[in-house]
Amino acid sequence: MAKPKKISLTIDDTLVEVDAGTTIMHAAEQLGIRIPRLCYHPDLSLAGSCRVCIVDVKGMGYYMAACSSEVWEGMVVETNSPEIRQARRDIVELLLDNHPMDCQTCERDGHCELQNLAYSLGVRARHFEGRRKRFPIELSSDSVVRDSEKCVLCGRCVRVCAEIQGVHNLSQHGRGFNTVVAPAHMKNMDDSVCIQCGQCINVCPTAAFTEKRSAGPVWDALANPEMHVVVQTAPSIRAAIGEGFGLPPGTPATAQMITALRRLGFDRVFDTDFGADLTIIEEAHEFLTRLKGGPLPMITSCSPGWISFLEKFYPELIPHASTCRSPMSMLSVLAKTYYAEKAGLDPRKIFMVAVMPCVAKKFEARRPEHFLELPTLSKGEGLGVRVPATDAVLTTRELIWMIKCYGIDFVNLPPGEFDSPLGTASGAGDIFGATGGVMEATLRAASELITGKPADRLDYTEVRNVEGLRETYVAIGQHNIHVAVANGLTNAKIILDRVKAGEQFHVIEVMACPGGCVGGGGQPYPPQGVKVLDPDLLRRRASALYSIDSEKKLRKSYDNPAIDEVYESFLGGPGTDKAHKLLHTHYHAREPRGIK
Amino acid sequence: MTTCTDNWEQVEAAAKTVLGERLAEYIRRATEKPHPESQLIAVLHEVQSEFGYLAEAHLDAVAQLMQVPAAKVAGVASFYHFFRLKPRGKFMINVCLGTACYVKGAERVAQKITEELGITWGETSKDGVFTLEGSRCLGTCGLAPVVMIDDEIHGEVTPDQVPALLEKYLKKARE
Repeated sequence: MAKPKKISLTIDDTLVEVDAGTTIMHAAEQLGIRIPRLCYHPDLSLAGSCRVCIVDVKGMGYYMAACSSEVWEGMVVETNSPEIRQARRDIVELLLDNHPMDCQTCERDGHCELQNLAYSLGVRARHFEGRRKRFPIELSSDSVVRDSEKCVLCGRCVRVCAEIQGVHNLSQHGRGFNTVVAPAHMKNMDDSVCIQCGQCINVCPTAAFTEKRSAGPVWDALANPEMHVVVQTAPSIRAAIGEGFGLPPGTPATAQMITALRRLGFDRVFDTDFGADLTIIEEAHEFLTRLKGGPLPMITSCSPGWISFLEKFYPELIPHASTCRSPMSMLSVLAKTYYAEKAGLDPRKIFMVAVMPCVAKKFEARRPEHFLELPTLSKGEGLGVRVPATDAVLTTRELIWMIKCYGIDFVNLPPGEFDSPLGTASGAGDIFGATGGVMEATLRAASELITGKPADRLDYTEVRNVEGLRETYVAIGQHNIHVAVANGLTNAKIILDRVKAGEQFHVIEVMACPGGCVGGGGQPYPPQGVKVLDPDLLRRRASALYSIDSEKKLRKSYDNPAIDEVYESFLGGPGTDKAHKLLHTHYHAREPRGIK
Repeated sequence: MTTCTDNWEQVEAAAKTVLGERLAEYIRRATEKPHPESQLIAVLHEVQSEFGYLAEAHLDAVAQLMQVPAAKVAGVASFYHFFRLKPRGKFMINVCLGTACYVKGAERVAQKITEELGITWGETSKDGVFTLEGSRCLGTCGLAPVVMIDDEIHGEVTPDQVPALLEKYLKKARE
């Protein structure tokens, strides 16, 4: 490839040389000048709609947007002058004029880019008093809440939904003052092709998209002495929760997290990783069955956003999705059956809370397939009661808030340990939270199952840190297994279309969110200056999980004694009827069908 | 088009029922052109000229037949002033509100029309005969105030003339 042409220009009296095609914004960054911005996001297409990044280019009669203007030879740019700062301040003031400005009661208080911009640009008074747009809050979805009054029309959500997720659920409807970001025909999120992944929440600079809150019923259960409140935490919570308390991204915080949960009043703290180990064993068995009789490929099913996408966009591939319940669902089911039995508890009195990096899990928990039929009580009460296996799903953000609300000094907490019997987990369960982790854990188990010998290999680094999409061949016994890992559904589409075209794959891991669960729609808003979806942030969270895995003695799901125990004393072994009834599920095509 | 949904035959048949064979054929030919995605506005124009407006069902059918996400189709249709998302009447009344017409009393004429029909700007009368719209300038300022009904220009209209003018078209509608 030919070297790109170099362009010389002057930015704020400093000469700089950059590749042709560079934008003013990026050229300025090379000089350590960070031009303020709002609608810009490095991983999304350019919108140039907010005008916050305007700069003065000599000879032009108007201010240019630095994010979307390419440099030219001899260009003279001024990024800072009293006039430009005033113009930027005016732009942000005008955005605020049409904004609720209820920062103190807003979900995003302290993490709002508009708030930060207003502060840093020096907005200290309201000079414009105009009409306010008024829209009701849209609460139809189990996962995502839409509040158009807080929308600044930057279009990041529209772009992430289309470009990263390939869902195209959102667009700007109408024009001018009346513009609204909404699903087609301004339908409710619940009646749309939304797959509940929550990436719109992550990229929103304000709080126009937020998660559906679930803390209320959890506080109630914790305060109710009759309820036995059980909590489980997903792998990626421990890798990200510290960020909420000022710890650098990638700091594992399992031990403090457990203590914090106990202080909040949870009666038992279980580990979703246990559910992950169980998922792996069931999935490895399922894979072996499929290896003999199909249909292949088998596609992982832990990510509820992906399952929603499958049901709306690729229902013809439903037979390929593993029937295994997600680790969350498996653990919840066992908590209300196996654990209840063991501890002599009435499952009706168990309130099961799951802390997830995900807003789609809130939707998954409400799916009728994930409800549990409880046995009739001896007194004949509760005949045929169906209860949700998981009663409430909290996001990492919600848990961080609850811990703060309770006044717990998270960083200085003494370490805690998960409770038995659903708290012992192998490292294979931990890495579920990172893209490629389910694949790696499956390969560890499948190689033992297929060869009948203890695995000589534990690390499958070729499926780690997948930026979007990767495929490879892995030799297991006499099989050459063709595997693919995809995160972000636009990447998944590429593989799925190849499967539809008849290409042979054995196992495909799909995670709806970029980077896998560590980049989920319920994860902490990144600290100021770090962009959500930033590959480096996601890698640091993932590396926390890989370090937890590598430091554990238990690294394979098959070696987990707690799993042996549950199979021996309760389920009767992997793939048995009981295991199938309790640990597997099914999917169905959903309306409205998406357009790919 | 490379990809389509699992129940494509059903979806395609339903879309054709909504739009009719002629439009379906028009869309098919549009999608075979070099940049099919740039044909969306042309297709929406064609659909509107057939039905007088763009209903949700029309937009969804266009989305399916062009395999363009419904949110995008709805976004485009709701952005442009020319596209109507509500049914329009048999006749389109356009009252010129340009400077000349305004000075000559277009406002009072419009007021009379809204009283007679019981509708305001952008609305359609209950019987489905008239839709009332305002325009900035129709370029016939010498005839101010001007009321255009479909393609016919009526000049120097006074509020008193409005009932008879409407009656003329009501009669046409009944024919």
